[in-house]
Amino acid sequence: MSPRTLTLALAGNPNSGKTTIFNNLTGAHQKVGNWSGVTVEKKEGVIHRHGYVLKIIDLPGTYSLTPFSIEEIVARNFILEEHPDVVIDIIDASNLERSLYLATQLREIDCKVLFALNMADMAQSRGIKIHTDKLSELLDVPIVFTVGNKNEGMDALLTKAIELAEKTHHIPEGRKVRYSQDIESAISRLQDFLHKGISSTLPYNDRWTAIKLIEDDKIVRDRVLILTGDSRQTVQDEIQVVRQYIMDRFDDDPEIIMTDERYGFIAGIVKETVTTSARQRVDISRNIDRVLTNRFIGFPIFVFFIWAMFQLTFTVGEIPKTWIQNGVTGLSSALELHLSDSLFKDLLLNGVIAGVGSVVVFLPNILILFFCISLFEDTGYMARTAFLMDKIMHMIGLHGKSFIPMLMGFGCNVPAIMATRTLESEKDRILTILITPFMSCSARLPIYLVIAGTFFADRAGTVIFSLYLVGIVLSIITGRMLRTTILKGLDAPFVMELPPYRVPMARSVMIHMWERSKMFLKKMGNIILIGSVIVWALSAFPRDISHSKDYARQIQQLQLKAAQDRQGSVDPASRDALEKETTASIESIKRIMKAEKIENSYMGHLGKMIAPIFSPLGIDWRGSVALLSGFVAKEIVVSTMSILYVAEGDKDSEALREALLSSGMTPLSAISMLVFVLLYLPCLATMVAIRKELRSWKWLLFSIGYSTSLAWVMAFLVFQGGKLLRLGV
Amino acid sequence: MLLSEIKEGQTARILRVGGSGALRRRIFEMGIVKGTQVCVDKYAPLKDPLEIIVMGYHLSLRVEEASQVTVELIPSDDRQQTTSDNRHQPSAA
Repeated sequence: MSPRTLTLALAGNPNSGKTTIFNNLTGAHQKVGNWSGVTVEKKEGVIHRHGYVLKIIDLPGTYSLTPFSIEEIVARNFILEEHPDVVIDIIDASNLERSLYLATQLREIDCKVLFALNMADMAQSRGIKIHTDKLSELLDVPIVFTVGNKNEGMDALLTKAIELAEKTHHIPEGRKVRYSQDIESAISRLQDFLHKGISSTLPYNDRWTAIKLIEDDKIVRDRVLILTGDSRQTVQDEIQVVRQYIMDRFDDDPEIIMTDERYGFIAGIVKETVTTSARQRVDISRNIDRVLTNRFIGFPIFVFFIWAMFQLTFTVGEIPKTWIQNGVTGLSSALELHLSDSLFKDLLLNGVIAGVGSVVVFLPNILILFFCISLFEDTGYMARTAFLMDKIMHMIGLHGKSFIPMLMGFGCNVPAIMATRTLESEKDRILTILITPFMSCSARLPIYLVIAGTFFADRAGTVIFSLYLVGIVLSIITGRMLRTTILKGLDAPFVMELPPYRVPMARSVMIHMWERSKMFLKKMGNIILIGSVIVWALSAFPRDISHSKDYARQIQQLQLKAAQDRQGSVDPASRDALEKETTASIESIKRIMKAEKIENSYMGHLGKMIAPIFSPLGIDWRGSVALLSGFVAKEIVVSTMSILYVAEGDKDSEALREALLSSGMTPLSAISMLVFVLLYLPCLATMVAIRKELRSWKWLLFSIGYSTSLAWVMAFLVFQGGKLLRLGV
Repeated sequence: MLLSEIKEGQTARILRVGGSGALRRRIFEMGIVKGTQVCVDKYAPLKDPLEIIVMGYHLSLRVEEASQVTVELIPSDDRQQTTSDNRHQPSAA
């Protein structure tokens, strides 16, 4: 006989230690995905215990089951529609009163509930003593003690859950919330009406359905109304009558009255089960907060942390990045050596490895960035950054929590866009994702360095800094503009818990980083692969290009001449010099060949086709092609430029500098190009991230269209305006 | 008086939560209900948002949101230890 499978769902408030318990229970056996249809993370793990297969689902952390945010809808739907065998509610013992709000809502739904009273040791040290037996009796729910960060109580939790799941008699009819008499009579009246009025059985528990209808819960109402058929109107009327009855009695909305009464019920329970000793211990967490959100040094400390995060990400990350880069170079030169020339080799080297290799090198940076972010999150500092920044962000029309993703955008837009998941309001998320690409990412820096370095020499630093500033200013303007037009709506409230500071657990940080890097590699791997192959194909085809000169013969002649010279000369020093010279000449011919080839490739044709679009910006067809190729990854702009501009000499930065200076580019057109690079369409990896996070092609197209037109307009203004003012022409 | 007028370190009792719709309900669900005691722990460096202690945990909300909440100031000498004493309890047991 195959073992029985039980589904256990973990519910609980955010910061209740739910994730820690989930990690303890499932260890490495977790699968992270999304709940269908929404970008709320779905974590599940399958373990084998006591002869059972236990499927453990980590529901999103919520404060209630009111369908207010996506998380709450997801958690509630899972319990209602998937019927888990047992719902384990993780309750933070030092936060009992508020935690019981979710708990009482869970008790109202017909499901088997088990409480895990977490971190009771902490609560005790703060002078809070909970009489568990009494609590368990009053609510008729079994309770297990757990200490998540010490891995205590996990076995007891599972044993109890299995025991509860196997209990045949139905859910104890015990103490659910009893509301005041007026409400109770309204509930039973509606319950009776539903019994008589609707022939088919209700999808959920009768009492619960009635309560939700009184609370004007849209999801439940729609579900019920579908079942009503002809009597739809009478059902709707009856709900309205009952709601009006309560409104008349209490002079407030029924849902508010019921929330109030639930808390009243909870207050009664807390009074009976909790004794708080007067002894007030020193609250370490509060003292830390006194410093970290201090009026004077709060901001400086915050800036320091951010600075440290960037230093770590981009200087320490540079080291393993170089290793990976060397690995990629090594791999490609090995293949270069061992494979015979063919289309396949070209594809492999210049398409796959060049493309994927250029993205995979960012893995260390991304890992470190996420390491820092999960430290911020797990310690509880993240909530404080939102607390500090909310005022400023609110002026842009954003939420304090939007700050972190935007900040991360300076590193790389891809993790930044993934980090918008912490935002609760969908509109805030869309807006943050749309303006994040204006945060100039590190991939754009090489382009700035080359162009600004060439045309502005010692003032390059100022130019680059101004570019960053332009990006920020435009993101603010965009934010304000979208907020008042297509993303209009109420500001998301800033009602946010500031959890106590905690020591982060190495294990959970590791799991977090591992998940992120897996996601990064998987997502970016396949799309970057496809994108790179397309760009490669555009620049590699058509294959049979007739060159303007017979370069192959030139090379042959050079080699022949070199061989003759070698024979003629005896001096080893001059022989070496000769050899170097020959190699250089051959290299340069090859480069010209390559440039000519690209000029005649589809990419070149494309470049010449789009050149008229860019000429008002002062950018020639080669610049256009470079910009076009930059959509795969912004760094590629530099390599394309060096292929296209540098006709002879070495491919080093000095050569590119000289080539750019003599290409007819002026300081003005250089600025125009820089502005364009700053603003135009996000790179492929970012586009994929936008698409995945917003689950909408519409918003992706909007983002591409908006940023590119903004880039064009700004570059146009810079170039034409500058020409009018006769600046740098 | 309004919750947004309470100074740092002062304690008050909730009388009424104004506003409308989802925000109002959210404030309720976080435990800011009639009769509960709240203590204003501090204001952010830029004077907005503020941090309050309610039901033993820390919660932040904007000044704008706090101005929807009517409270009465509790003088510091007769402050009570638990937050749930003065609440009405509809047939709790």
